[in-house]
Amino acid sequence: MAKVLVFIDNPGQALKKASLELLTIARSLGEPAVALNGDLHDDVAATLGAYGAQTLYRPSAADLDDYLVGPKASYLAAAVQTADATVVLTENSAEAKEIAARLGIKLGAGVITDVVAVDPDGTAHKSVLAGSYITTAKATTPVAVLTVKANSITPEPAVTGTAPATVTVEVPETATAASARITARNEKAASGRPDLAEARIVVAGGRGVDGNFGPVEDLADALGAAIGASRAATDAGWIGHDAQIGQTGKTVSPQLYISAGISGAIQQKAGMQTATVIVAVNKDSESPIFEIADFGIVGDLFQVLPQATEEIKKRRG
Amino acid sequence: MKIIVLVKHVPDAQFDRHLTGEGNTTDRSESILSELDEYALEAALQLIEARGGEAAGNKVIALSMGPAGAVNAVKKSLQIGASEGVHLSDDALAGSDAAATSLALAAAIRHLGADTPADLILTGMASTDGETSLVPAQLAERLDLPQVTFASSLELDGATLTARRDGDAHADTVEATLPALVSVTDQINDPRYPNFKGIMAAKKKTITTLSLADIGVDPAHVGRSGSWTAVESAEARPARTAGTIITDEGDAGIKLVEFLAAQKLL
Ligand SMILES: Cc1cc2nc3c(=O)[nH]c(=O)nc-3n(C[C@H](O)[C@H](O)[C@H](O)COP(=O)(O)OP(=O)(O)OC[C@H]3O[C@@H](n4cnc5c(N)ncnc54)[C@H](O)[C@@H]3O)c2cc1C
Repeated sequence: MAKVLVFIDNPGQALKKASLELLTIARSLGEPAVALNGDLHDDVAATLGAYGAQTLYRPSAADLDDYLVGPKASYLAAAVQTADATVVLTENSAEAKEIAARLGIKLGAGVITDVVAVDPDGTAHKSVLAGSYITTAKATTPVAVLTVKANSITPEPAVTGTAPATVTVEVPETATAASARITARNEKAASGRPDLAEARIVVAGGRGVDGNFGPVEDLADALGAAIGASRAATDAGWIGHDAQIGQTGKTVSPQLYISAGISGAIQQKAGMQTATVIVAVNKDSESPIFEIADFGIVGDLFQVLPQATEEIKKRRG
Repeated sequence: MKIIVLVKHVPDAQFDRHLTGEGNTTDRSESILSELDEYALEAALQLIEARGGEAAGNKVIALSMGPAGAVNAVKKSLQIGASEGVHLSDDALAGSDAAATSLALAAAIRHLGADTPADLILTGMASTDGETSLVPAQLAERLDLPQVTFASSLELDGATLTARRDGDAHADTVEATLPALVSVTDQINDPRYPNFKGIMAAKKKTITTLSLADIGVDPAHVGRSGSWTAVESAEARPARTAGTIITDEGDAGIKLVEFLAAQKLL
């Protein structure tokens, strides 16, 4: 049976939904194992067992977080060899993709990014050219490395849980030699809202909010949504760059995307047009966003959004 | 200081883009210099200008790999201000995935550094066609260079490079020693446009064309046959069409909620 190695970088106190998705996919491909970096809390270990992880690999070095990408790829390469894995699954964050990239070169393995589904034979499905094509791709190498987007599958625990054994993997001494060091780290304050990449609903604001994200935030909170933004809004400094949706920001595929005060430039559409349902609120009926909206409102967001928020609250009593 | 900037000729995102032929590669007929590479070029120009420019022996080499038309990306780079251009072009390169691309680019970079190795390799954060962001990291791995990717700021003090990298949960300050590979985001600067002087000056600059034989790469290791991934099928997603559009008459917020309720999204 194929050995499938799931890489989980710094799981913290509880596993993210995206990690549970990876474990669920891993079970459909073969025998799952996990390569971890960072602390392993008891709850996390128990969940990994419940999701069928047979073995937990941990690095011999504790300083992998002090460097950018390279040493983590060295560790993961050693873990793949120790586990004798033929498939590696990671999340689809910028950093995970780069680790996958370097791992691919180290192992001579094909890397496929932005994967949204994996067939049992390893065929990966993804969408390309800003969502205008759906493709299937396969690694032609003995080992395949896949980075999988969040919300690709509904996570399900294994029928029979395991009590995984822990194995330490020697990180090569040369791993940190030619690596950039992280000399300072500023943690960003958690918003209490869902993570943008994983959110089921996203409410996004653009230049039209004119510096006031209040109505966007209120509607997002009423819907339990994450907040996104256009580049015009992040460039203006009205909201952090990590909220940017689009070609040079995040790509999201939520069930619902509400676009408010955003014109819908091609670079913005690139990040959101695979949403299941798109709602647009814009003063200008000529805005390109209306070409792809399932429900478009030509109107002032400062009227429409607060009214919608009130109505949702009213309906919920 | 010698900086190599990687520039890619990509289909213009303003038009519909297509996958064609065996292997489903991108149709490159309406192509431009990848917008995201302009930020890398700008960063390179600023670095050498702060060090006395070309007069002080600094240079920026724009390197593009791609079919004949890709020379346009090199030409545009020269107009913007690169000192010289290099076009890596070989029929055997067609259909290369990220791994094969990074193999060829790494060989070209070694070739260009045979006499004086480059101090810095600069790239955009992603190409606007493939959008995988794999190539910069794979190049760093192949060249055994420190990787400073997604830099939203860049400073150089002697041989020490300091950059900012904005992540989801944290923003990091990253330090590396030259030579290094750096990819920059669109947050780092405002790229300049080619002006008349630049366009005229570009005509006198040299563009070197390199083949795989020139850089010592076996054609079997690149292209579709040398790639480690294969696209098996591609299907155009039906274009999204406009749905219902209403004009607010004072109750659009309520109608919005009714729509969401009907879609079972509440
Ligand atoms: C290399 C590159 C990369 C890029 N990457 C991205 C990216 O990742 N993401 C991104 O978003 N952009 C990106 N852009 C920028 C993109 O081209 C657009 O400039 C940007 O998306 C515009 O943002 P906007 O729609 O908020 O602003 P605008 O285009 O100015 O639109 C504002 C809209 O708000 C409407 N409006 C104003 N007031 C109100 C009101 N009171 N109520 C309702 N509507 C109102 C207006 O009618 C208008 O349609 C990129 C550009 C480049 C060159």
